[in-house]
Formats: sequence, C-alpha cells, structure tokens
Amino acid sequence: MHAFANPTRFLKLASWLTPLLLVSGLVLVALSLVWGLFYVPPDRLMGETVRILFIHVPAAWLGMGGWTAIAISSLVYLVWKHPLAALAARASAVPGMVFTAICLATGSIWGRPTWGSWWVWDGRLTSMLVLLFLYAGYIALAQASARDGGSYKIPAIFGLIGAINIPIINRSVVWWNSLHQPPSITVGKSAIDLAFLVPLLIAVLGFSLLFGGVVLARMRALLADFQAEARLRRKAMEAA
Amino acid sequence: MIRENLNQWDFVVAAYVVGIAGTLAMAVWAWQTMRSAEKRRDKVRGKVRDKVTRK
Repeated sequence: MHAFANPTRFLKLASWLTPLLLVSGLVLVALSLVWGLFYVPPDRLMGETVRILFIHVPAAWLGMGGWTAIAISSLVYLVWKHPLAALAARASAVPGMVFTAICLATGSIWGRPTWGSWWVWDGRLTSMLVLLFLYAGYIALAQASARDGGSYKIPAIFGLIGAINIPIINRSVVWWNSLHQPPSITVGKSAIDLAFLVPLLIAVLGFSLLFGGVVLARMRALLADFQAEARLRRKAMEAA
Repeated sequence: MIRENLNQWDFVVAAYVVGIAGTLAMAVWAWQTMRSAEKRRDKVRGKVRDKVTRK
C-alpha cells in the first residue's frame, strides 16, 4: 500500500486503470440492467417492480461503500499522513453521495406501489437520509479546508465519526420494526432465487467497477489541480 | 401486496431513468473534470519549462 502512496507511481497505474474500470463497469451495468428489465420473471408478491432491485441494491451498497472508503482513507491519512489517502477520501465523497441519492430516489419510487407510500420515517430510510446529509457536510468541509490551504485533519476526523452511521444503516432493519425487508443476502447465504441473484451480482460488480473508475478519475483531477497550483505558486515566488 | 390499480412499469421505468441518468452524468462529469484538470496542469508545466529553456 505504501508503494502506491507515491503520486508518480499512482498516476502510472491510474492512467490505464481509470478507463478500464469505467468501460468494463459500463458494459456490465448495461448487461445487468437489460437482463433485469427484459429477461427476469416478475416476482410473486412485488410483480414487475422487483426489477428496481438491480439499481436500488447496488446504489445502497455503494452509498455505504463510499463512506467506508472515506473512513478507511481518513484513518490511513491520520496514521501515516499519506497525501494520496486524503485525496482518495475526498474523491470517494461525490460518487458516494450520488449513489446514496439514487438509492433514496429509487427506494421511494419502489415504495409507492409496494408499501403505498413514497416515504416512511423508519430506521433504514432515515439512517440512509442521514448518510446523504453526512456526505453533503463532508464535501463542504473538505472543500473549505482545501480552499483555505489548511490541513485535512478535520474532514478526516469527520469521516471517521460519520462511519458510526454505517453499522446503524446495516442493522436498522433488525433493530427496529420496519416496512423495509430484512437483509436477503448475508455472508455465505442468500434468500434470493438464482433468476434474480445472478443479474443482481453482475449489477453490483458493474456499478462497483464504475464507482472505482470515478474515484480514480476524481483522484487524478484533484492531484492535477494540486500540482498545477503548487507549480503556479512556485513560479510566483521565483518571480517575486 | 399491490392493492391499487397502478401501472407497475411506470415505476420501473422511472427508477431506471433516475439510476441511469445519475450514474452516467456522474461518470461523464468525473471524466471531463479529470481531463480539463490534467490539461491545465500540463499547460502550466509546459509554460514553466518553456521559460526555463529560453533562459
């Protein structure tokens, strides 16, 4: 891991990995969504609306995964002071927030025909909404600290504290009464029929690859901005 | 259990439009901001290099 903390080595790796992740992710997402939309049978209880599963579940997984990435990168930054870890945390915030918003929107659309309501204030939905607000707060904090040229310490601490919400989201359907169904996939077990499980796993893999590609693209953009600013500052100092 | 007479496909299509549009917009935005940031960095580096060479 320490080897990749070198920006030159990182850029060498990211230059070919970014388009590879984005293209392979898009291909798998397209495949899984076409499969889910046209080739999966309707569910006995949920009917045709079961097809929303192939967007809603990967979005939920990546909404939580994005914050997990922020927390791990923040911890690495605080312990080893790797600047690339700070960039990785900042780069995970926007895609994590987008997927959290997609999860909430598609969940709301799914809730209307199945629960009879667009929104209910239960544990799962509320904790997911809190995650969206945490992302907004984190992005504002990280941008403010970058603009002021300050340390990344405060956003990193915020990222670690916010991680408390991840196990709350995960266990919310077990701890509290909820309209939301309990987890269908746990470690080594699945209550989902293979007809739904296979395209779902392809969708999760495709969206995850796409997420990885977007995070790498964001890291490269943030690194390039930082390098350009540093060069301009040095130039100005030399001229003065 | 579906009690109302709603067209389920309307909800499926709405969810797919939201999901696909959001994901594609994010991927295109991330790619374009990366390309423009790297172009800007290379331009800044190039200008500095030109001046050093001229000196």
